[in-house]
Amino acid sequence: MEGIKLFEVREDILSDNDAAAQQLRDKLRRDKTFVINLMSSPGAGKTSLLLKTAAAIGGDLKIGVIEADIDSTVDAEKIRNAGIEAVQLRTGGFCHLDAAMVKTGLEGIGSQNFDLIFIENVGNLVCPAEFDTGAIRNAMILSVPEGDDKPMKYPLMFSISDVLVINKIDMMELADFETTVLRQRAAELNPDISVFEVSAKTGEGIHGWTDWIKKEIKDFS
Amino acid sequence: MHELPVTESILNIVLKHAEKNRVSRVVSITLHIGELSDLEDRWLQHYFDYLSRQTLAGGAKLRIERLPIVLKCRNCDQTMHITRKDLGAIECPNCAGIGDFSLVSGRQYYIKDMEAV
Ligand SMILES: Nc1nc2c(ncn2[C@@H]2O[C@H](COP(=O)(O)OP(=O)(O)OP(=O)(O)O)[C@@H](O)[C@H]2O)c(=O)[nH]1
Ligand SMILES: [Mg+2]
Ligand SMILES: [Zn+2]
Repeated sequence: MEGIKLFEVREDILSDNDAAAQQLRDKLRRDKTFVINLMSSPGAGKTSLLLKTAAAIGGDLKIGVIEADIDSTVDAEKIRNAGIEAVQLRTGGFCHLDAAMVKTGLEGIGSQNFDLIFIENVGNLVCPAEFDTGAIRNAMILSVPEGDDKPMKYPLMFSISDVLVINKIDMMELADFETTVLRQRAAELNPDISVFEVSAKTGEGIHGWTDWIKKEIKDFS
Repeated sequence: MHELPVTESILNIVLKHAEKNRVSRVVSITLHIGELSDLEDRWLQHYFDYLSRQTLAGGAKLRIERLPIVLKCRNCDQTMHITRKDLGAIECPNCAGIGDFSLVSGRQYYIKDMEAV
């Protein structure tokens, strides 16, 4: 065709979100509010782990929760019933939270008044991995019934997570799950990932996870 | 999935460059997407066609170039290109080390250039 010209663009597609996320992180550092972005498949145990975590360390730290639920308030109600402050973000079918939505949530809860805020991200292992929320740390939960092959199917999620919480270890007997295999597969793309094995049902192993949180917060503030 | 917000972002950036360069129509857009990203080419184009309908970029073709996953062995500094199929059984070709690689690239989400008249 006549007259077609080539123009360099050279821009990151997600640069707006990345910049907004960085601004949030700067504010969180100024306020000394530690934020953990919690991601997993539906039902892996995000809400259960939040409740157990708050029960273990909520006496020492002021904890808040930002809930992303497609269209219900079920999880936010559960959290509030346990005496923990929570705000609900209606994602209305959105498959992930982005920095702008998280900003709304942080403002809604008054993040500067908290030591620790959890974001319960939308339940899936694909989309949330692509969008920086502005959280200080990314944590993912993989539950035993999901299988130890997930790093091969969702590599990006494993590569961007600072922590991997293996949940539902009380179900280990019922499943074909090898923790050493999972650890090795996760380390392939992310050798520095911290791994904890817990049961949010029985409470087993919770202290490894909460000790990690306490240490991170201490180093942060 | 997240193709929709990604496409919105692509369109905004492209329109910004289209205005800056005073073009009358964008014909094609070249994207660099890392192998680790789970974007579906077909959906990207589909959403793009929809969102760009009444803009200078309406009808533009997305050319999606996939960039390989590149790892570096932290034991011996060897770099290696892998595909998603290799995941789960990666061994360093130089020192046979396993499970200790840093990710050099594979996460790109980048607009390289565009053709326009
Ligand atoms: N056996 C067992 N069940 C668990 C454990 N943790 C959570 N569950 C159960 O798993 C189910 C889902 O747990 P949730 O905490 O709601 O999971 P979630 O990730 O918040 O789920 P969504 O928000 O719907 O994505 C519930 O029935 C929990 O009781 C665990 O460690 N062991
Ligand atoms: Mg939940
Ligand atoms: Zn090596």
